[in-house]
Amino acid sequence: MKNQLLLKNAGTMLVRVLFAVVAAFPIVFMLVSSLKPDQQIFGDMSSLAAFLPVGNISFDNYGAVFDRVPAARFLLNSVGVSAVTVILGIFVNSLCAFALSRMQVRGKKIVFTAILATLIVPFQTLALPLVWWVNQLPYFELNGFSLEFSKGWLDTYQVQIIPFIANAFSIYLFHQYFESIPKELDEAARIDGAGWFKIYRQVVMPLAGPATATVAILTFLPAWNSYLWPLMVVQSEELRPVMIGIQYFFQLNVSWGEVMAYASLITVPVVVLFIAFQRSFVNSIASSGVKG
Amino acid sequence: MATAHLPTRPRVPAAAEAAIPPSNIRGNARRRPGFRRDQLTGWGMIAPAAVLLLAFIFIPAILGFGLAFTNARLISPRPVEFVGVDNFARLFTDPTFYRALLNVAYFTVVIVPVQSGLALVMALLINKKFRGVNFFRTVYFLPVVTSMVVVSLLWLFMYRKDGLVNEILSAVSFGLIDGPDWLGDPNTAMPAIIILSIWQAAGFHMIIWLAGLQGISGELYEAAQLDGTSRWQQFRYVTWPGLFHTRSLVLVTITIQALGLFDQISVMTQGGPMDSTTTIIYEAVQSGYRQQETSYASAISLVFFVLVLIVSAVQRYLTREKD
Repeated sequence: MKNQLLLKNAGTMLVRVLFAVVAAFPIVFMLVSSLKPDQQIFGDMSSLAAFLPVGNISFDNYGAVFDRVPAARFLLNSVGVSAVTVILGIFVNSLCAFALSRMQVRGKKIVFTAILATLIVPFQTLALPLVWWVNQLPYFELNGFSLEFSKGWLDTYQVQIIPFIANAFSIYLFHQYFESIPKELDEAARIDGAGWFKIYRQVVMPLAGPATATVAILTFLPAWNSYLWPLMVVQSEELRPVMIGIQYFFQLNVSWGEVMAYASLITVPVVVLFIAFQRSFVNSIASSGVKG
Repeated sequence: MATAHLPTRPRVPAAAEAAIPPSNIRGNARRRPGFRRDQLTGWGMIAPAAVLLLAFIFIPAILGFGLAFTNARLISPRPVEFVGVDNFARLFTDPTFYRALLNVAYFTVVIVPVQSGLALVMALLINKKFRGVNFFRTVYFLPVVTSMVVVSLLWLFMYRKDGLVNEILSAVSFGLIDGPDWLGDPNTAMPAIIILSIWQAAGFHMIIWLAGLQGISGELYEAAQLDGTSRWQQFRYVTWPGLFHTRSLVLVTITIQALGLFDQISVMTQGGPMDSTTTIIYEAVQSGYRQQETSYASAISLVFFVLVLIVSAVQRYLTREKD
């Protein structure tokens, strides 16, 4: 009986390991190949060496990446765009959720329903009309001391940021979480003479850490990974994000070592960030009421 | 413990609790002096998000609907004119569009059961606490944090005739299997894309399943164990019914994601070979962006939206609560 149980547990563990191998092997292959010259990548392919950093290992491919594409600029653009989107997203969405959850605002039910209704519209259906629409929007630019007015948001930073700040799912996550924070706290603070904004900032938000972490990651990932949108709205090289840089590697002769180096370069920061926040992320998704 | 991963409920400081007045404040909300000011503050807090959603979701959605019936181009000196259903007439006589519909149907029909099933298996494997559970959760989720564009690029390399996938197939079959040129052959291109798509996204749905699993009370399992049920019976009569809401959520999100297939196609095959991997969104982007035909692309987007609505409605109906 005991042996049987032991065998069963060993079997389960084996399945777990099998899934882990399948999940990890392409990523390991990518990282390892980024350190090898092209010839060796192909030479190692038929043996386990494909997954081991052995042989002629160097960072040459990474050096070549920076020669071929303005990788530093792309990374900087992506970091900037993602960071601003995340920060503004957390602020705008939590503020909205706060009012909807904790204040007696007239008409808030209709507003909340309308916000949730936007979830059924996939971004892909909006993308093309949105390109046309942002091209009609006015745009002010402070140039020295004069305010310059022009039309069209194409080829700017804000076109990569502003449309993605407000997000119904983020509002929903904050709302769910705020509902679990006792309303009596607000009443107590109000008696102490605190205004609503102060309650938001000093009572509710400090308690909403897990929800904030989830929203931060769920905003960061699509911002960092965005491809379709910048492909359509950003033409200038100095404004492009990292994913678009991939196109540079298929001009002229393809060097797979360099491709793998660039792919690693734009993936590793996200993986490191994810591992750092892993616990709070997995836990808060698991608890954010994504139960339909 | 089943509840180990629920968030710690925010702690109420004892002092704050003591300060709660006994009177019923909320009841007189309307007559309270600051009522009007509270309304203004509340709307002020809602406004930024509401305005942004209006500007970047509602207006483009309505615009897209309208533009589909015009001849608008992205950049054009001509004024926009109403052209009736011309765009749709053109769309429904385009054989490539039907091919795209067929491809997306194929992709969706395979992805939905396989990906949700594998994701559930993964969630069950890491649901209970054991040594190294966090390691496995992290590894299973790694493909999800890797962007679909990077994943496509990586698999593009692995799917070559002399690539890693064929080398592995050859190694595990002792040289018997001579793998195809996956993406170069119209018969294997879509299956190849299906495999990498499942590989990338299953971890995300694993997390949603995990949320559902964590929500099932541990007492139910204890009771089932007392009744001497087998593992399978526990799954069948405790876990599966307990995942009712999670199930529809997983189903809907995978379906919508599958219908919108684009990134993989754009990086790996550009719709080829011989249109065997072209999709609705890929066609929309081709016409809307490359050929700058905003109106035609809007028409495709509108058809796509209607398709998503129909499929979601059918799924809702099929998975409705039967009482």
